[in-house]
Amino acid sequence: MSAPAASSDRLARFALSPARRRRDRIARTGVLLGTALAVIPLLLIVYYLLRKGLGAWSVSFFTTDPTGSTFFGGSSIGGIKSAILGTIEIVALASAISIPIGVGVAVWLVEYGRDSWFAQTVRFFVDVLTGVPSIVFGLFVYIVLIVGTGSSYAGYKGSIALSLLMLPIVIRSAEVILLLVPATLRESALALGAPRWRVIFRVVLPTALPGMLTGVLLAVARAAGETAPLLFTAAATLGTTFDLGGFMNSLPVQIYKDVTSPTPAVVNRAWGAALTLVAMILLLNLIARLISRRSRLA
Amino acid sequence: MTPERSTPEVTDVDPESSAEARREIQDAPAAGPPHILGAHTQAPGAPSPAAAPAKSGLGVRLEGLRAFYGEAEQVKGIDLEFHANEVTAIIGPSGCGKSTMVRCINRMHEEIPGAHAEGRVLLEDLDVYGPSVDVVAVRRAVGMVFQKPNPFPTMSIFDNVAAGPRLAGGRRRSGRQRGELAAKVEAALRGAGLWDEVADRLDKPGAGLSGGQQQRLCIARSLAVDPEVILMDEPCSALDPVATLKIEELIEELKRRVTIVIVTHNMQQAARVADRTAFMLDGKLVEVGPTQEIFTKPDDPRTEEYVTGPFG
Repeated sequence: MSAPAASSDRLARFALSPARRRRDRIARTGVLLGTALAVIPLLLIVYYLLRKGLGAWSVSFFTTDPTGSTFFGGSSIGGIKSAILGTIEIVALASAISIPIGVGVAVWLVEYGRDSWFAQTVRFFVDVLTGVPSIVFGLFVYIVLIVGTGSSYAGYKGSIALSLLMLPIVIRSAEVILLLVPATLRESALALGAPRWRVIFRVVLPTALPGMLTGVLLAVARAAGETAPLLFTAAATLGTTFDLGGFMNSLPVQIYKDVTSPTPAVVNRAWGAALTLVAMILLLNLIARLISRRSRLA
Repeated sequence: MTPERSTPEVTDVDPESSAEARREIQDAPAAGPPHILGAHTQAPGAPSPAAAPAKSGLGVRLEGLRAFYGEAEQVKGIDLEFHANEVTAIIGPSGCGKSTMVRCINRMHEEIPGAHAEGRVLLEDLDVYGPSVDVVAVRRAVGMVFQKPNPFPTMSIFDNVAAGPRLAGGRRRSGRQRGELAAKVEAALRGAGLWDEVADRLDKPGAGLSGGQQQRLCIARSLAVDPEVILMDEPCSALDPVATLKIEELIEELKRRVTIVIVTHNMQQAARVADRTAFMLDGKLVEVGPTQEIFTKPDDPRTEEYVTGPFG
């Protein structure tokens, strides 16, 4: 509208200055380097796991129990069948204990307790529990159920230690998801003349289910990888057992025992067991992701 | 637990049967009104298939109703009557307590933490805040449609409408009862003018419908429990004009069988659908009367200012 000269003056401020361009480039490079630095150890872990672990894998590795032999012979040391099955059994029982209780606590916190002082206290202790080191749960169960009762190690005692570890994770993740369920859904169900407990079972929980499954599976994955709570609760054994009342082997404990062995074949078995554990947890995480993708709340 | 199955059909409703409904609310908690079967009896020569049920609305009277959120008083003593089988519109500026007042009628107000109500809400002669009254039965008799269409996201169209009877019943369904439920769902969907649009996809998710269809689905959902009063809290505020028109036509149909209280920000809407209109300001009732009078010659200057003012 005005003279060309005036117009170019007005537009000069839009020009990108070289200094600005340089700062941008430096910042971008810095962030990229930081990311790369963080990824390197991750990649190294995966690399070593695959290189060392895959070498230990074979059919008999998964189908035989460890023999306890540490002779330099390689094949006679046995596989990790009892550890895989033991981990599955212990974690399954731990889940059976912690998931119903945890979801129940979360439902109470969201639907009934709300902001009452008791609910706030429960939330505080759940938060504290989340930060407790896992060995403390093992120690607690050891003192109460093994020293306290004068009895011996048992698979179910390991499950209890793991369930204590899982409980705060389950409660917190379920609570977050339940809070995401729109209040209008509860209201319209209540306005239909439905009692509150039925609103929870028929409307709130089905809506929250996919999201809650994600949180639950992450808690399961976390528990499956824990060594400390199992060391002096379920202990370790060689043979496969389905008796949760007796000593029970598990993958983390097997790795812990194997890796301190002077026999290279046994150390290799630790790598193979570690890769197995990581693969199992990865699978759980994948399932959790698939389910959460179907969630209607996320 | 099926008292409603054993009662004789009620084909024509007189004042006595609303007294019967009242007794039902006190005597049989969690059970539906006795004349549910009546809803399926086609009156001979019914004016339209949607208006078939020979049911009648209940009158509602508020006496000195006050509602609080914690200490804050939002509804400050209201006396107001909603006539049976009429549409009453509640108008007034935002925050004047319209929604809060309406939510007191089916006792949904108290679901908000820290909220409570005082005064009386009478369904005919029954105070819904009375000590021996079952909240669940009140909410079955007084249905509600919310501002935003909110079908249950995990449920199909059929299940959404069946949710009311199922959530209240809880008995395992035999084949015969399943047939009754299907009939009830169809009647409710027809009543909400949605049947022809969804009959071939009842098993599809309710959330997949358009906004207007979702809102009519929500109306069908509330109809499925055979309420005598329906509260509508700005039911069209999230809808486009065409969908709004459909809902308004529906309201005209529905008032044959229920009493309707509708909160609205849209004054043309109040003028179109309401037999009577109440104007609220700052938690108090300013004026109530036939819609014509409220909009053409209101008694109170504040009403006149509001209905003729820049908001209109």
